Amino acid sequence: MRSFTYERAVAAQAAVAAAARDGAKFISGGTNLLDLMKLGIERPTHLVDISRLPLRDIEELPGGGLRIGAQAPNSDVAADIRVRTRYPVLTQALVSGASGQLRNKASTGGNLVQRTRCPYFYDTAAACNKREPGAGCAAIGGYNRTHAVLGAGSSCIATHPSDMAVALTALEAEIELLGPGASVRRVGIADFYRLPGDTPHIETVLRPAEMITSVLLPPPPPGRQLYRKVRDRASYEFALVSVAAVVSAGQGTIDSARVALGGVATVPWRAVEAEAALRGRPATTATYRAAAEAAMRDAVGQGHNDFKIELARRTLCRTLAQAAQPVRSG
Amino acid sequence: MITGRALNRVDGPLKVTGRATYAYEQWEAGRPLYGVVVGATIGKGRITRIETAGAERAPGVRMVLTHRNAPAQGPRDESVQFEYWRAQPVLTGPDVRHHGEPVAFVVATTFEQARGAAGLVRVEYAEGRGRFDFAAHEAEAYVPEVVNAGLPADTAVGDFAAGFAGAPVRIDRRYTTPYAFSMPMEPHACLAEPRGEDLVVHVSCQIVDAAWASVAATLGIAPERVHIVSPYVGGGFGSKLGVHAETILAALAARELRRPVKVALTRQQLFQLVGLRPTSSQRVRLGAGRDGRLAAIAHDVTMHTSPDVEYAEQTAATSRSLYAAPHRATSHRLTPLDLPRGADVRAPGEAPGLLAVESAMDELADALGMDPVELRIRNEPDVDPERGVPYSDRHLVDCLREGARRFGWKHRPATPASVREGRWLVGYGMSAAIRGHFQGPTAVRVRLEPDGTAVVRTDMTDLGTGTYTILTQVAADGLGLPPDRVRTELGRSGYPRSWGSGGSWGAANSATAADRACAALRGQLLDAARSDPRSPLYGSAPADAVFADGRVRVGDASEALDEIVRRHHPEGLEAVGETAFMGDDPNYAAYSIHTYGAHFAEVGVDADTAEVRLRRMLGVFSVGRVLNPKTARSQLIGGMIWGLGAALEEEAVVDPRSGAFVTRDLANYLIPVHADVPDVEAVILDGHDARANPLGAKGIGELGICGAGAAIANAVYNATGVRVRDFPITLEKLLPGLPVDV
Repeated sequence: MRSFTYERAVAAQAAVAAAARDGAKFISGGTNLLDLMKLGIERPTHLVDISRLPLRDIEELPGGGLRIGAQAPNSDVAADIRVRTRYPVLTQALVSGASGQLRNKASTGGNLVQRTRCPYFYDTAAACNKREPGAGCAAIGGYNRTHAVLGAGSSCIATHPSDMAVALTALEAEIELLGPGASVRRVGIADFYRLPGDTPHIETVLRPAEMITSVLLPPPPPGRQLYRKVRDRASYEFALVSVAAVVSAGQGTIDSARVALGGVATVPWRAVEAEAALRGRPATTATYRAAAEAAMRDAVGQGHNDFKIELARRTLCRTLAQAAQPVRSG
Repeated sequence: MITGRALNRVDGPLKVTGRATYAYEQWEAGRPLYGVVVGATIGKGRITRIETAGAERAPGVRMVLTHRNAPAQGPRDESVQFEYWRAQPVLTGPDVRHHGEPVAFVVATTFEQARGAAGLVRVEYAEGRGRFDFAAHEAEAYVPEVVNAGLPADTAVGDFAAGFAGAPVRIDRRYTTPYAFSMPMEPHACLAEPRGEDLVVHVSCQIVDAAWASVAATLGIAPERVHIVSPYVGGGFGSKLGVHAETILAALAARELRRPVKVALTRQQLFQLVGLRPTSSQRVRLGAGRDGRLAAIAHDVTMHTSPDVEYAEQTAATSRSLYAAPHRATSHRLTPLDLPRGADVRAPGEAPGLLAVESAMDELADALGMDPVELRIRNEPDVDPERGVPYSDRHLVDCLREGARRFGWKHRPATPASVREGRWLVGYGMSAAIRGHFQGPTAVRVRLEPDGTAVVRTDMTDLGTGTYTILTQVAADGLGLPPDRVRTELGRSGYPRSWGSGGSWGAANSATAADRACAALRGQLLDAARSDPRSPLYGSAPADAVFADGRVRVGDASEALDEIVRRHHPEGLEAVGETAFMGDDPNYAAYSIHTYGAHFAEVGVDADTAEVRLRRMLGVFSVGRVLNPKTARSQLIGGMIWGLGAALEEEAVVDPRSGAFVTRDLANYLIPVHADVPDVEAVILDGHDARANPLGAKGIGELGICGAGAAIANAVYNATGVRVRDFPITLEKLLPGLPVDV
């Protein structure tokens, strides 16, 4: 039997200290970690339960932003009236993920660090560099319909599964981290995730024992926000492609745009090339198509997932067109 | 009449309050040991070394079984007519025949200890060259002697080649269907409990009699020493017709250790150890006149099978009784692959077969420019076109017409890809449904107690389908008792033997047998009263007797049943009713006996992303007499939703490098969720098929799935103009055919 010890942290700093033990892991909602432990994929020897830390609040920040406590459940964040009115793309992304029961349990911080759903990662008989560094990648040359076309390398092509993180990427959220010795630092979400490179088992810039304490939303960017998730069934399914878009258009011209993609990349993917192709351009189908082309220019299919490239382009075109529509008044 | 009413499930309160105990939940034997199955991590080869010392030393471990120390077991005996009754030996040797095949079984004091120790069993293999890729090996197919249900592999009527060649309009298409699984909510589970020399096996199974015979034959113990208990089953869908490794392993370990041993398969193990619907490649050829009348039909099917255990799904038999055509042919071919064995999965034959045939009929209607409903009506046969015998009671055309009327079929867009609502391309589709009706030997004992209550007993199972309820209803009517004075007890060996639940035969078999038992009881009661001077019914005419309200009445005279029982049978009075094997029933030779239906579906297809979403669906069915419309509706809409999954979502994918199923849990093997199922309605036509059985009732459990997927596939074509012949219709198959301009 794989035994592990468990403690419930009563204070944030104590939690970080407890997590410094060898083989320790934080646990919050446990919606992902417990599954992985049962399958022998995650094998912590000590669990530090941070779900009861006083990090559940959503607070106003000076200047119009929001601070979301890392322990705020996904359901609470999605339902918060400030989030719904100022960051609708975040609410849309959250409610498109998982199921109501899981969203009630899953925390904001936990959602950010959930692991991939690559079936080879889950199959301990298959080769997986993420699970066992250096073992190889069975998804390359295997069944890779759900895998990444952007940000992949020769060691790993698994997608990041979060919807929430895609919306946060478009919103340029920052992640606040507490480390040993009361060190606090903030990392922009674009810098939080690491491309797989040769070390796909290292997925974020989190340092040992570092804990996510909150997510900081800057004041909402101008424009209409939309999250569009394309999937194989109507609910309870990860994205084949998702688009988070914030587009500000006036007088027939796009003033600014933020675009992030989910389901197609090894990390939540900021489509900076698409944003550049939109900025200052006329709000026309040709512009959206050019942006979609730019977003997917470096995409590489693995065979079964080749369709994602065209699917992402089409989804981008439609979502950008909708987001750029003038807001009807009255 | 109680029969025919939408009586609530009599076992409903037990289930919703958690008092209906399933196999894994039994505690009456005391604290059990827990078993965990260790599966092979190669697809084909041989175990060269197996190291169990680490596992054996782990805390709480009581036993590690491997092929080296497994007790001797009975061989699989092919002379036993039906496979599910045969021995199912496990851990028989070092050979590995498919990925996940059991190589060890770890028993420990707790589940966690057993699971932990299972990870310590070290197995080394000599990996062989497996055949895992169906398409690559399709050409190696052979002809099976017979196919499932004892049907011939090949049939021919007239001269198909000539008929097809001479037809002015021809369709010649190949359709493929994926590996698919029964995924009952309750996994396969067992608690084996030794009691002296006896063995009590609490097991989730569909056929108690088969489990009983199979466990006894495998363990080599006298059948009378084996006791199967299976009162509640959380779904089976074919995968629990026979017992599997978990049951045999639990039984072996319990006997060795003299302790109760329980085991449940994990969801992932269900994808390896309980069989699957074979993948199929189906060529359908239809030759028709310009008036739509079919001159020629051919349905040629190649499927995978295991080299170890042959399974030939009767997929091409689907087209044998469906439409008239003078020239016809069907064939089945099998390609051996080193994969888990094929097995019955809900509606074997028709479920994959109708996906192909009814898609092809839609293609023919399109080629003819004819309404698909009308095309089917034009090809309605007078007699079974292969066997030449009359149908017992066929109402396919009624289903088609009633369905078309209720659904508003006349609003169907005549031109594909012509209706757009915002981002949605909208289409209508339909399909016919047919499913064979089977009958098997089943006995039911009905007992009248001196207190005037009745007890119905049979080893028949209730998979959640409603057996407890319908047998209560039939016995209540048969004896003239209110349903709350009838108690139905199921799922134990030692009760009268039945063919269990499967093949949609369970309700008709057991209800007919119960009805016959009641008839025999009525005769005995009446004889006793009429010949007894103490009875008010003394000397009365039996033909006028009416059983109602707990009394038997003849004219103005009546007597309570309990009084007759107490006076003449103070210990209670009982009778057994039976049904015969269909091969011994002359009606099965004289008639073609089926159930029928028609499905209608409306889908929306996202014009940008090709996501398909069902908008509404209607099925109209003819199943003879309905015993309980509530449980019947649940069966039918459940089947229709399965059809939705088969059309759009369900697919188990094999990695051809390893022979392992990649999509091996319910996160990767998709089935419909609530949000996929907006508005599904099932309508059952009034009916009574007197040639099926005296009750007039036929099977319902599988009909709902039959054709449901084709109706959705045809609606997708109508919406998009894109025909996908490789099921399921996932969006990447539609995307290239959608308009580029978004």
